[in-house]
Amino acid sequence: MNFPNFPVLSIIVFTPIVSGMLILLIPADRIKLIRRAALSAATLALALSVWIFISYDQAAGGYQFIEQADWIPRLGISYHLGVNGMSLPLVLLTGIVIFTGVLISWGIDDRPREFFAFLFILATGVFGVFVSLDLFVLFFFYEIAVFPMYLLIAIWGWKKTREYAAMKLTLYLFIGSMIALVGGLAMYFESGMQSFDLLQLEKAGFSSSFQVFWFPFVFFGFAVLAGIFPIHNWSPDGHVAAPTAVSMFHAGVLMKLGAFSALRVGIMLLPEGAKFWAPLIIVLATVNVVYGALIASVQTDFKYVIGFSSVSHMGLVLLGFATLNKDGLMGAGLQMFSHGVMTALFFAVVGLVYDRAHTREIPRLGGFRKVMPLAALAFIIGGLVSMGMPGFSGFIAEFPILLGLWKAQPLVAIITVLGIVITAAYIMRVIRGVFFGDMPQEFEGHIAPIKIQDKVALVMLSGLLILIGVVPAVIAPLISSGADAVMRLVGGI
Amino acid sequence: MPIVPFDTSMIAAISAELLLLLLAGVILAVDMIWGSKQKDHLGWITAGGLLFILLISLIFTRPEPVERLIFGGMLRQDWLTFTFRLIFLFAAAITSLLSINLKGITGRGEYYALLVVTTLGMSLMAASADLIMLYLAIETTSIPLYILAGFMKSDDKSTESGIKYFLFGALTSTVMLYGFSLLYGFSGETNLYLLSERLTGGEISIWVLGGAALLVLVGFSFKVSAVPFHFWSPDVYEGAPTPITAYISTASKAAGFAVLVRVMITVFPEISLYWTSILAVVATATMTVGNMVALAQKNIKRLLAYSSIAHAGYALIGLVAFSELGIASLLFYLAAYVVTNLAAFAIVVFFANTVGSDEIADYAGLSRRSPGLAFAMLIAFLSLAGMPPLAGFVAKFYVFAAAVESGLIWLAFVGVLNAIIGLYYYMTVLKVVYLYRSDDDEVPIAVSRPAAIALGVSVIAVLGIGIASGPWLGWALDTASSLF
Repeated sequence: MNFPNFPVLSIIVFTPIVSGMLILLIPADRIKLIRRAALSAATLALALSVWIFISYDQAAGGYQFIEQADWIPRLGISYHLGVNGMSLPLVLLTGIVIFTGVLISWGIDDRPREFFAFLFILATGVFGVFVSLDLFVLFFFYEIAVFPMYLLIAIWGWKKTREYAAMKLTLYLFIGSMIALVGGLAMYFESGMQSFDLLQLEKAGFSSSFQVFWFPFVFFGFAVLAGIFPIHNWSPDGHVAAPTAVSMFHAGVLMKLGAFSALRVGIMLLPEGAKFWAPLIIVLATVNVVYGALIASVQTDFKYVIGFSSVSHMGLVLLGFATLNKDGLMGAGLQMFSHGVMTALFFAVVGLVYDRAHTREIPRLGGFRKVMPLAALAFIIGGLVSMGMPGFSGFIAEFPILLGLWKAQPLVAIITVLGIVITAAYIMRVIRGVFFGDMPQEFEGHIAPIKIQDKVALVMLSGLLILIGVVPAVIAPLISSGADAVMRLVGGI
Repeated sequence: MPIVPFDTSMIAAISAELLLLLLAGVILAVDMIWGSKQKDHLGWITAGGLLFILLISLIFTRPEPVERLIFGGMLRQDWLTFTFRLIFLFAAAITSLLSINLKGITGRGEYYALLVVTTLGMSLMAASADLIMLYLAIETTSIPLYILAGFMKSDDKSTESGIKYFLFGALTSTVMLYGFSLLYGFSGETNLYLLSERLTGGEISIWVLGGAALLVLVGFSFKVSAVPFHFWSPDVYEGAPTPITAYISTASKAAGFAVLVRVMITVFPEISLYWTSILAVVATATMTVGNMVALAQKNIKRLLAYSSIAHAGYALIGLVAFSELGIASLLFYLAAYVVTNLAAFAIVVFFANTVGSDEIADYAGLSRRSPGLAFAMLIAFLSLAGMPPLAGFVAKFYVFAAAVESGLIWLAFVGVLNAIIGLYYYMTVLKVVYLYRSDDDEVPIAVSRPAAIALGVSVIAVLGIGIASGPWLGWALDTASSLF
């Protein structure tokens, strides 16, 4: 089922922002209507992303659902959209996280209109980056995704650190994107093709020295948002300060935005540069994996543990990229999806616990499995994914990354495995500390059970993790075709 | 370029200026006839008249396919003139809408008449092709602005603002005039285009020519408030009536850029390497000083003053690039900046009208008091910061693109780093608006109808220029190509 000329990607991209603006028009006191409107919009976005995921023609491969129209013709900028095996899963991921995020945010009662409107502007930016096939369009949506984060964290975040964390996060991301922007402009003028089209620029044949010079600007500019060491430290602070749905969105989707753009613009347009700089990326990303895991294991704040685990897991994605071989790239693609779902699940559970206990100090928590068994189960599933247990999506993702890494740098593969072992340790510690053991006196009888909306979100997210773990065929071949597209440019096929 | 002998089509070419003169006369006449009650409508007459002139000039003053010097070489009829005229008329119309219902301004005929005259001066500034004409136009623009800045006679700050503006303006204009006299002395011509023909050919030492260029730049730098001739702007902006601040920071600055672009490109193309290097330093200093000092501001008008200094720096990058894309990006930047800053100042006008304060701290709770106004402020400030999908983003994108195209990578990076500093202080204001609470959370900000129209038009323009920037860029590129 595929209607030509039906602008489904545009509809996916603009559904959130348009509904966000409409929600702003609803009178502020009609909170129920506001929530329902938000949920319907998110449902539509999710349904459409599922639909394109299913109807993407894998046999044909390549970019599909293409839309192209002149935008700023004098500079060769066109509104050019399309998805392939690498970006399609991320579109689906965004749909899932925005849907579950709205469910989890049901209880927000301080200016919910503005909350959903900003969240939806953010979603539009994210969808836009994943489907863009034009460098200008990519930057345009990328910046749109950066700013709403500031207000979402600063207004609805954790009172103690929100202003600091929001400002830090926004400035980091803006710096990165602006530096990458200069790199993008340099590519445009160097190519001499008068086109910002990514598919054109892929064929530009930049000289080696040009690629080696500009690659770090572009790659690291975007990799800020992927949380690469040592420019990662906006990320745990940001995750912790953000309200639950925003943490989910942020760690689940936004960090992939950075990784995806670094791949799409950095590695795919400047493959020679990528080869030159790959050793450095491998070193930094390994630090991400091991150091992130070590720091996570000494945190006593529940949310910081998850925040640093994201840093660690995103390191695996970047490692996958830096192998520059088929296995590594495919694993990175899978890890982006798997980690997105997993971390959204983690932050959802953290939010549920914090909303009830009003503390996130692990030593002060305990026994929550009795009052919220489903959340405990979901967190355990997420934990198993996180440590790469076979039968869950984490294994499907991490195995190829390590395989690719073994081919490229066997020693690094061994060090990385160490990081995964540490992950297992801290995840189990958190599970024991929060969900098992005795519940402290102060919480007995005060903890409300979780709501139906939360249950739907948790079941959906954890079900997906198991589904991919058991039947990787639902997504692996697709991502494999996306990895092939990268390999054709890098020159491995 | 030959001077075309007079024909009647030239009258059409200056129809906008003639109508502006007429409008000023009408306002003064009506002011004498009407009673004080009716005088409240003067603002509407001015705004309506300016809008009408805007339409007329859009239709009748379009440049001929070939640029020409008219009225004995005093004016040049080209796209640059046309484009800037529209920008000035737009800004003046918005300004007069913002002035309606303001205490001490509404119903004062001379205020509106001066506003119209200064617009006339700007329009002539953009069109001038002769040193004499240029100087007269600059003074026609400046003198009414000095008076307008000090219009609130009973307010010390406003008086200070007027005097300060006058003193700085008079000084720099003298220096500039000295530069003009040198140029005349070397060439024996006052017409810019004939003058440039005389100056080319290397008979005159580059050092002498460069010296004259430097003197002329002083005057223009004052107009665009570029460092180190920016000291007047925060005090003047703070003290002047807010609509006038809006006007000085947008239209007057744009007019400065109009003459800067025309004179530098027409008269000094031979020593472009020399003055672009100077301007590259000036642009860097202007952006950096503007942004750095803005960080510390507590008063919204002073904050916007320093931000407007910084924006002059970004726009200068376009001129430094010295290419068609560069000039086009400068024009685009100015258009985007004008509409954005008008929107920002519109909000300042409303807020001060209800709350009686320009302190940033008093903006606390605005998003609860008036969510719509807060959202408009969000749009205006994010556009100033350079966020998509707003005008400021594409404007910065084009300017940086022009820098990279001309190989000025370092300047692009300077601009990028400055954009980040800018984002910081714009966000600090938005934080106050959205995050903090005030005791008056329940009291909405009063917005009068004319001011709401002004704000609405500006915000739509910010979005329109940002999203559909293609045609605007095309226009700017066409305009730029008429200069080279």
